[in-house]
Amino acid sequence: MSDRAPIYLDYSATTPVDPRVAAKMIPFITEHYGNPASRSHPYGWTAEKAVENAREEVAKLVNADPREIVWTSGATESNNLAIKGAANFYAASKGKHIITVATEHKAVIDTVRELERQGFEATYLEPEPNGLVDLEKFKAAIRPDTVLASVMLVNNEIGVIQDITAIGNICRANNVIFHVDAAQATGKVVIDLETLPVDLMSFSAHKTYGPKGIGALYVRRKPRIRIEAQMHGGGHERGMRSGTLATHQIVGMGEAFRIAHEEMAAENERIRMLRDRLLHGLMEIEETYVNGDLDHRVPHNLNMSFNFVEGESLIMAVKDIAVSSGSACTSASLEPSYVLRALGRSDELAHSSIRFSIGRFTTQADVDYTIDLLKSKIGKLRELSPLWEMFKDGIDLSKVQWAAH
Amino acid sequence: MAYSDKVLDHYENPRNVGSLDKNASNVGTGMVGAPACGDVMKLQIQVNDAGIIEDAKFKTYGCGSAIASSSLVTEWLKGKTLDQAAEIKNSAIAEELALPPVKIHCSVLAEDAIKAAVADLKSKQPGSKEAA
Amino acid sequence: MNTVYFDHNSTTALHPQVLEVMLPFMTAQHGNPTSRHVFGRNARDAVEHARTQIAETVGVQASQVVFTASGTEANNFAIRGIAGNLAPSQMLYSSIEHPCVSRPALALQTNGWQVNKIKVDPHGQLDLEHLNALLQRPTGLISVMLANNETGALQPLTAVTAAAKQHKAFVHTDAVQALGKVPVDFYDLGVHAMTLSSHKIGGPLGAGALVLDKRVDIQPLLLGGGQEKGLRSGTENVAAIVGFGAACAIAQQQLADYQTHTTLLRSQLEAGLHQLKATVFGAENAQRLPNTSFFAFHHIEGETLVTALDKAGFAVASGSACSSDSTEPSHVLLAMGVEEELARGAVRVSLSAHNTVEQVDAFLATLAQEVKRLKAMTAIAA
Repeated sequence: MSDRAPIYLDYSATTPVDPRVAAKMIPFITEHYGNPASRSHPYGWTAEKAVENAREEVAKLVNADPREIVWTSGATESNNLAIKGAANFYAASKGKHIITVATEHKAVIDTVRELERQGFEATYLEPEPNGLVDLEKFKAAIRPDTVLASVMLVNNEIGVIQDITAIGNICRANNVIFHVDAAQATGKVVIDLETLPVDLMSFSAHKTYGPKGIGALYVRRKPRIRIEAQMHGGGHERGMRSGTLATHQIVGMGEAFRIAHEEMAAENERIRMLRDRLLHGLMEIEETYVNGDLDHRVPHNLNMSFNFVEGESLIMAVKDIAVSSGSACTSASLEPSYVLRALGRSDELAHSSIRFSIGRFTTQADVDYTIDLLKSKIGKLRELSPLWEMFKDGIDLSKVQWAAH
Repeated sequence: MAYSDKVLDHYENPRNVGSLDKNASNVGTGMVGAPACGDVMKLQIQVNDAGIIEDAKFKTYGCGSAIASSSLVTEWLKGKTLDQAAEIKNSAIAEELALPPVKIHCSVLAEDAIKAAVADLKSKQPGSKEAA
Repeated sequence: MNTVYFDHNSTTALHPQVLEVMLPFMTAQHGNPTSRHVFGRNARDAVEHARTQIAETVGVQASQVVFTASGTEANNFAIRGIAGNLAPSQMLYSSIEHPCVSRPALALQTNGWQVNKIKVDPHGQLDLEHLNALLQRPTGLISVMLANNETGALQPLTAVTAAAKQHKAFVHTDAVQALGKVPVDFYDLGVHAMTLSSHKIGGPLGAGALVLDKRVDIQPLLLGGGQEKGLRSGTENVAAIVGFGAACAIAQQQLADYQTHTTLLRSQLEAGLHQLKATVFGAENAQRLPNTSFFAFHHIEGETLVTALDKAGFAVASGSACSSDSTEPSHVLLAMGVEEELARGAVRVSLSAHNTVEQVDAFLATLAQEVKRLKAMTAIAA
């Protein structure tokens, strides 16, 4: 075991703040302090100008009008605000049925569950084994009283990209409000809200080299989408979201999204090369499976299952690299990933999965080190594994009667 | 997750990994757990003519605590009689390895594996009705 | 020109030591506290250390502190979360609460709650008789701020909690303005929930907290990844939380000096205001934050005076920052029975330990000139 810091391959859990972003933020927590809602003195003015510049940068990355961007404390709040806000506002006119997907982030799933407790009905669509939503099944799920659909653009665990254009068009045709969680998508896929049939979209800064604690919600103006505020107070953000704005964090998000806009094309090419190298290296290990579709997927994500080794011991074995087993948000629990289970993966394969997420500061040397590490550690764990021994003896594990435990 | 030094030691340097001839009359095999639960433990014991456990081997599919629990019991089993072996309690394993509450089930599994191995061996011993 | 900052109740400059402890978490220490690898564990340890610092400051156990993104969120969380788990009855709040208490309180009406305001006296202090009268109805929740952001008036929370206890009502207090300015002890006050905010005490924007009595059963406002034991989902804003913790520890350590210094400066300021014949709201009230002075001159618009002072290099506020968009007179002053014309003139100076005697002298000299100039203009207009 080395003493140096592990190699960071967990960019989907959170990204480091880009040094250029940090450099922009720091003056706003030292020199330019001020409450942006304070109109009466220049401290407030500087802050407000910076906030509006950042709003323009965020809008630019997703080709939206800055007036369509509402600041929040992060994608979790954006998802809560979008779903509860729109469902409550339109329930009376449209109905109380919501459609979402079983592989959505917990911030969407749990919010929809809360609405169910309040009298809404919900359909949780099962994705296909490749992680993608079947459009016909989506269409079939729509009811006359469907008010809202929520489908993520890029999945946090397996990186698959849903066909938001097609799903959005179905929603439009059926007069259903369409929310998209794009927390994992910014800087990875091109988002053009001018043409995308999307009404509400959630963003996070800290998945795109910005700071934690800041996010945004896109709320379409034409046709105008209304949401019921979930947090009340001074009436900031045109009444949609109250609470003093963290100027330095907003500035950080703006700068992070500016950099993403400028560099994503080149960066994604480089990351795709690294991902392919990692994929080919790891596929040399026997009994290894990729989770989720490889074509409709961001290059940043590689989620693989290593058969006959257990997930937690695998994570322990590879502690010289920082990765996730399942999403970071659920790794405190011992349950296998609900996303992988929704793809139809067995519990064993779901348990033995690793999400490698590659980012701006990943090098080829990091990837090569990771491949070598995985090869040696998986070999060692399989030496320990009674299942591997049985597999090698030609025993069909699915036919074994396991002692009840 | 914070593992104790003892868990880490057993995990990094597992003792007595391997397999014994499961068909031998002086070898008892216990296989407990299920892949779907995230733990499968295979524990084997070999007794000498005096009925003393002279060797113990394990293979475990499971978390660090499961690996450490099975590795630890292979050390404890050597030199014990079958009756003494059957007295090993999960609480002693959990205590020795300082397992956190969420990992107590690993020590329970190790105790179950011992019991299963002892039962298997006893079923093979002369006098047992299952003995050939 | 260096502007003199006299608006510390709105937001404070980041304490240099706070910035120092935050910086690593804005750069190299970037882990997500939920992650189990070393990046995540370091972030988790930092969050838990900050939780302990905040808990110690207000005399509770660390497990009672739930982090939020702001004081606004903590207030919304307290009111909607506590009321959400109670059968609808009466909810009471003081007539001088911040909108982030009054608005979620009023929103409870749609869920069948009776929502009523408790009056304040002309000094800006809660009218306990009115509270007791209102408590004749079954009451589930009461929210009274510990210190008012505009007048600085400290509220009689122990009397409120004593009265509430008889009627088995929960008490929430917004202690955002009190923290770091006066001693704040959760159990001495006897409250069940308390809102705190980082950026009013030399910490960064982006962190707040709700402190909860263990007996309180509360519904989360934000659902998702299950952070904060399920009470507040969303990736923790590690840098801001670390800064909040450090700011709390520093504020607590410097509290006595802060009080002495700001009390002195404010006496100097109010002596000058008296000479200029200003009306200082709630000045006779001994129970005030030591740093806050809220005053007005007849026939001078607060906004006009604030703009003039700003040009002359002094940053002060007219009423609270959150409502300075609007031309409505301060709801706090109206609740105190101040006539509307005078209320429109309200200007707030809120000092800190960093302000000096010289700054207050310079401010008083400028104020004298501006008041004279503006009064002359008013006379011409009249």
